[in-house]
Amino acid sequence: MNVKIENLTKVFPGRDKKSAGVTAVKDFNLELPDGKLVCLLGPSGCGKSTLLYMICGLESPTEGKIYFGDQDVTDIPSEKRGVGLVFQNYALYPHLTVKQIIKFPLENLKGEEKLSKEEMDKRALEAAKLVQIDGLMDRKPGYMSGGQQQRVAIARAIVKRPKVLLMDEPLSNLDARLRLHTREEIRRIQKDTGITTIFVTHDQEEAMSISDLIVVMKDGVLHQIGKPQDVYDDPVNLFVAEFLGTPEINVFEGKVKDGGLYIGEQRVLEVKGVDDQDVWIGVRPEGFEVDPDGKFTCELSGINIMGRDITVLSKHDAAKAVIRSIVSAETKVDTEAKTINLNLKPYKTFIFSKETEERIRFT
Amino acid sequence: MSKKTLSGVNSVATNISGWVYLLPALLFLIAFMVYPLIDVFIYSFEEGYNSASQSSFGIGLYNYAYILRDPYFLKAVKNTFILVIITVPISTVLSLLISLGLNSIKALKNMFQTIFFLPYVTNTLAVGLVFMILFQKTPYTDGLVNLIIGKFGISPIDFIDGPYWAKMLVLSVYVIWIVMPFKILILTSALASVPDVYYQSARIDGTSSWRMFWRITLPMISPMIVYLVITGFIGAFKAYSDAVAIFGIDLNAAGMNTIVGYVYDMLYGDGGGYPSYASAAAIVLFAIVLTITVINLIVSRKATDIT
Repeated sequence: MNVKIENLTKVFPGRDKKSAGVTAVKDFNLELPDGKLVCLLGPSGCGKSTLLYMICGLESPTEGKIYFGDQDVTDIPSEKRGVGLVFQNYALYPHLTVKQIIKFPLENLKGEEKLSKEEMDKRALEAAKLVQIDGLMDRKPGYMSGGQQQRVAIARAIVKRPKVLLMDEPLSNLDARLRLHTREEIRRIQKDTGITTIFVTHDQEEAMSISDLIVVMKDGVLHQIGKPQDVYDDPVNLFVAEFLGTPEINVFEGKVKDGGLYIGEQRVLEVKGVDDQDVWIGVRPEGFEVDPDGKFTCELSGINIMGRDITVLSKHDAAKAVIRSIVSAETKVDTEAKTINLNLKPYKTFIFSKETEERIRFT
Repeated sequence: MSKKTLSGVNSVATNISGWVYLLPALLFLIAFMVYPLIDVFIYSFEEGYNSASQSSFGIGLYNYAYILRDPYFLKAVKNTFILVIITVPISTVLSLLISLGLNSIKALKNMFQTIFFLPYVTNTLAVGLVFMILFQKTPYTDGLVNLIIGKFGISPIDFIDGPYWAKMLVLSVYVIWIVMPFKILILTSALASVPDVYYQSARIDGTSSWRMFWRITLPMISPMIVYLVITGFIGAFKAYSDAVAIFGIDLNAAGMNTIVGYVYDMLYGDGGGYPSYASAAAIVLFAIVLTITVINLIVSRKATDIT
């Protein structure tokens, strides 16, 4: 089921008439293709959970429309939309066993959809097998680990065979190792079932690693949508460039003059087709080459050898933070030197307008 | 956990200082709780105890045999049981309904909460007086309640000095009214503590509100309900001042005595001066309350296995 969102806006009213409301989601337009795993990515408080809750029907939008396929579901109550939601803290009923929890949504079905007891058991077991918790059917949530609880929550969400599966930061309560494992599991389950899945996270690494499509948002506004690698390689503005990638992109204050890109007084790169102006320069950590004749000279402050590659730490007055460049372990770096010369790879270097922070493309 | 890693000497020292801190409280507890309890037990087996000479004929079960043949005691037991059976379930269910209502409204919630809590801070005897005036039938007036039921064609009943069930009705209404505020208080906070996500999740799954109540709300607050039922049983078994507030101190004459009332009568009433009978009655009450509480706990443990 593809999901289409048109001009969606959500304003939470203020506490009283005097205080203004809070706009959580602003004029959002989006089309999510069928059967894909889509990540809503953004910093905390950017409205991504609100957007998810509106798709799910727990919040009603102030303006705009939501379509599942051709059907307008904006005014359809949550239970009739055919969605499954995995909550951040799982929301498993503590007094029920895993089996009862997974069967719970099935027992609500009425009329034509009503299932026999055997059918319910069968479906519950199917869902449990899919998330590999079929050995724990008689346990209660209190006796399970975070990862197991997570799987139960997913099983409950998919047992009704929803058209759209929604996940609200499902990994944030797990420890680092389990998170890695579980996100691969989510990927597998999504592939196995083929359900259109919308996944909310503030962890860009998580988003990059499992999604087919990333939707980057901030302050309720859509910034960029695309395949993870495309968004990483081709950010539309400074925020997206900074938000994606670990370590973070290196950002410098600089300017464009006479077809050259300047950091301080150093002409570091030839850029064509850009008017002279002040800019932000973003260079991915892997966007540097160590070169004795490099055009960009900065103060060397440290080197971390990580085995497979080397992280060179350096300083420059125009840089927003410590400059991190990751180079291959075979690179010869003089650790005793005071300064280091670098070259910038054009396709790993992005320039942004100083005023609007929008991307400026060069050739 | 860390206590165990302390050296033996150290932990004994910690223990001693702990006991020293507890000593004042323990002394008072022993003097005014434990000793009287044991004493009551002993009294109840001493036959023919004379409080003037502090002597008795011997040890035996005569006191128990006496009270169990005493029609006043049997009447008191019957009254108490009826009161318990009527008031505990009704007051708990009513409190739950009111709490559910309070929990689902937004406007005026605080005002209603205060109103429902008022009986808790009102004096028992004052409430009793008001109830008496509401229900009493005198040569001058039939009373407010009689006026109201008169509109439905029911002839006036003397609730305070009339038929047994009329009197039991007044007492039950009174007890229910007086115990509800505390239950409402506990249940509203229990309801408020059920996380919202459980309901949201149930909503997405298309759960009817009826089913939400039975499958989510009720199990989640069941520990609190169990607590209220147990304390409710204990409280109702110990009812006494309630009856006095409505029917005056001669409860035997009104036929509305309770077990605690019987104990009091045996100690201080007109026919008082029988601490042995009073003790035996108190021990019987203790046995009843203990049995009921144990049954309650066994039943509820099965029903509320949340973890």
